[in-house]
Amino acid sequence: MSPALQGLITIVIGVGGCLSYFYFSNLFLDKILFPARGPDAGRNINRANMIRPWLFLAPALIALGLYLAYPVIETLRLSLTERIPGGGYRWVGLDNYRQMFREAKFWEAMRNNMLWLIVVPAASTAFGLLVAQLTDRIRWGSFAKSLIFMPMAISFVGAAVIFKLVYDTRPIEQDQIGILNALWLQFDGGAGSWALLKAIPSLILAGFAALSGYVGWLILRPVIVGRLHGFGTPARIVATAASAALVVLSLRGIFELIGADFNYGAPQTWLTVPFWNSLFLMVVLIWIQTGFAMVILSAALRGIPEETIEAAIVDGANPFQIFFQIKVPQIMGTIVVVWTTITLVVLKVFDIVFAMTNGQWETQVLANYMFDKLFRANNWGVGSASAMIIMLLVTPILVWNVYTARKEMR
Amino acid sequence: MSNIAGTRSTLNWVVHLSVLGLVLLWLFPTVGLFVSSFRTADQISTSGWWKALFPSEQNLTLRAANPAEVEQLEEGGRWFISGNLFDEGVDASVSVWGVSSRDIAAFVPGDTADLGEGEEMTVGANGDYVWSGAAKLEGRGQRVFATATTPPEFTFGNYRTVLFSKSTTDSMAKAFFNTLTVTIPATIIPIVIAAFAAYALAWMNFPGRAILIAIIVGLLVVPLQLALIPLLRLHLGIGIGKGYLGVWLAHTGFGLPLAIYLLRNYMVGLPRDIIENAKVDGATDFQIFTKIILPLSFPALASFAIFQFLWTWNDLLVAKVFLIDATGETTVMTNQIVELLGTRGGNWEILATAAFVSIAVPLAVFFAMQKYLVRGLLAGSVK
Repeated sequence: MSPALQGLITIVIGVGGCLSYFYFSNLFLDKILFPARGPDAGRNINRANMIRPWLFLAPALIALGLYLAYPVIETLRLSLTERIPGGGYRWVGLDNYRQMFREAKFWEAMRNNMLWLIVVPAASTAFGLLVAQLTDRIRWGSFAKSLIFMPMAISFVGAAVIFKLVYDTRPIEQDQIGILNALWLQFDGGAGSWALLKAIPSLILAGFAALSGYVGWLILRPVIVGRLHGFGTPARIVATAASAALVVLSLRGIFELIGADFNYGAPQTWLTVPFWNSLFLMVVLIWIQTGFAMVILSAALRGIPEETIEAAIVDGANPFQIFFQIKVPQIMGTIVVVWTTITLVVLKVFDIVFAMTNGQWETQVLANYMFDKLFRANNWGVGSASAMIIMLLVTPILVWNVYTARKEMR
Repeated sequence: MSNIAGTRSTLNWVVHLSVLGLVLLWLFPTVGLFVSSFRTADQISTSGWWKALFPSEQNLTLRAANPAEVEQLEEGGRWFISGNLFDEGVDASVSVWGVSSRDIAAFVPGDTADLGEGEEMTVGANGDYVWSGAAKLEGRGQRVFATATTPPEFTFGNYRTVLFSKSTTDSMAKAFFNTLTVTIPATIIPIVIAAFAAYALAWMNFPGRAILIAIIVGLLVVPLQLALIPLLRLHLGIGIGKGYLGVWLAHTGFGLPLAIYLLRNYMVGLPRDIIENAKVDGATDFQIFTKIILPLSFPALASFAIFQFLWTWNDLLVAKVFLIDATGETTVMTNQIVELLGTRGGNWEILATAAFVSIAVPLAVFFAMQKYLVRGLLAGSVK
């Protein structure tokens, strides 16, 4: 049977089956099981109304349970067992985890994932906010926004091809066809190169360090002043420690950048240079996710009450003050939402690494490590264990989301 | 707003220019792929795509006509072959040329090169050449190395190869239809299931509703990586195996949390009066749902449909695990492209065109229905 025909039949069976399930189960409930007539009419209506929600929910609940809830538990179980050759499973406790922790490739993936977790959400949110603010009041703003939003529609694989062309390398005697190398060969190590490749990135890093330090201070201040009690304090101290780590990292980055000895005049194979290649892969995801951040933040910026801005203007605030001291604090909640959503995407990033480097040259990330273990090494135990690590990293966000959603419903 | 605090035209200019810069920066990579997909393999590998838009100076290796295939004129004891070095319709101009790869800039147009053994060659600026010899010319056509300025030139040849050729590795036609086959049921079925569940969660009162909603919010972020092995084992165990049915079911399951969440949030916002009036008039829940709620929820349904469409169309992981078997008959476009990256990493004309074919449909959907996509994003991010 041709797949297209099979697809058509599936649509008909799927949609028709669902609709007729809902229709006939309702009919059965109302007419046969608890008919709304006779001596028990009132009680029957109540009974039917108690069961009906579950009729409506049943297909969804079964699908959710089978395709999302059951796998979580089953993966946990698989991560604690080992396949015995010839069939069957054996309980091995934490052996899979121990084996995984001994692997250098796993720690490489963890390290890279942490780097991704810091760089991609920060950069996407920052660019998104920048574009949202800049396009807010210009006439062709919505056109500009839709062009920056466009990569959202492009698959990770498609984006990987697009950026492989950007990063392409040709031998020195040929014309470069990758724009990055073509630009790179314009640098000769003179003053211009120094300014563009060392001074400006250092300034950006310094700015980032200052921003992280400032945010860390803002988070810590209530604890020092002593206005906060109970649950918030540990969380704030952890967040402050994280931002302090960012400050140290970026300061060290500046130091290394100034001292670095660049290989001017030679075309670079960008995807094989350790550490930098991870950054080049991240650029792909930042390119995609900036549009998402921009759309959400742009709506949030529109939602800021005009009076607060007018008041600031009357008080003589300049555009930068208005942006950083009036607008940003008011959309902080949305910024956090955007940040966590992109964090989730980053934790699951697979396609980009798989298509561009497949984890070679020290670019491994957790999701690709897991795929490697599952389908190449065929080691289900360690594969499941690494999947559980991803789940563990997602859990704080999961708890936070459930918490805020419940708070909102009340 | 800027008018209130006086004009700041410099700042305005800076804003316009930086937005323009950002937009160009964001477009640049995609445009590169797009332009490359209309260039021949030769063009792509000899010059950057950004040069393709302008007349470019290239070093070309050309060949005079094969003496065995053309008529030679005899005149005054010498044999002549004349013609043009470029293909018909190419409007190029030669700046310098040579007959040896060691000195490709030996002559300017109009010069006559001595090829030895009594042979001579003259090349004009437009590529016209006269090749002559004391004896009848033999062997292959004389090689000419020319530095020539050629106008931009584009071709649909790559698209012909990728879409219509019979080659199994290059042809995207089958993968295109496979992707379509995966996408459409995987988009429609979750909508139906989710819509009913969302209605129950939004407008029916029953114990456990709040907990169910919380669970769905939680499932929203469960990484689908966890589901791969258990579900593959399940599919193999109950006989679905790897195939379309498996991938439809998987996409349905993975798409449901977002679908229910989006639709429920939208349905909760519908006016209560309408629903209560309908109840007073004796409508059953089923009727209320199909006659009132569904039509009113169209924007939310459209939002989710676009999400799910883009996600299933662009997906690689789920297809790789649940669909594509060893025969490769059911390959989808994303997988085909990854394989092309492996086998034809250097053949940019095929890669770029294949990638663009796979990107074209989502881009069209994106630009046509952007409004719904934005609305869905705004509703879907957990606030």
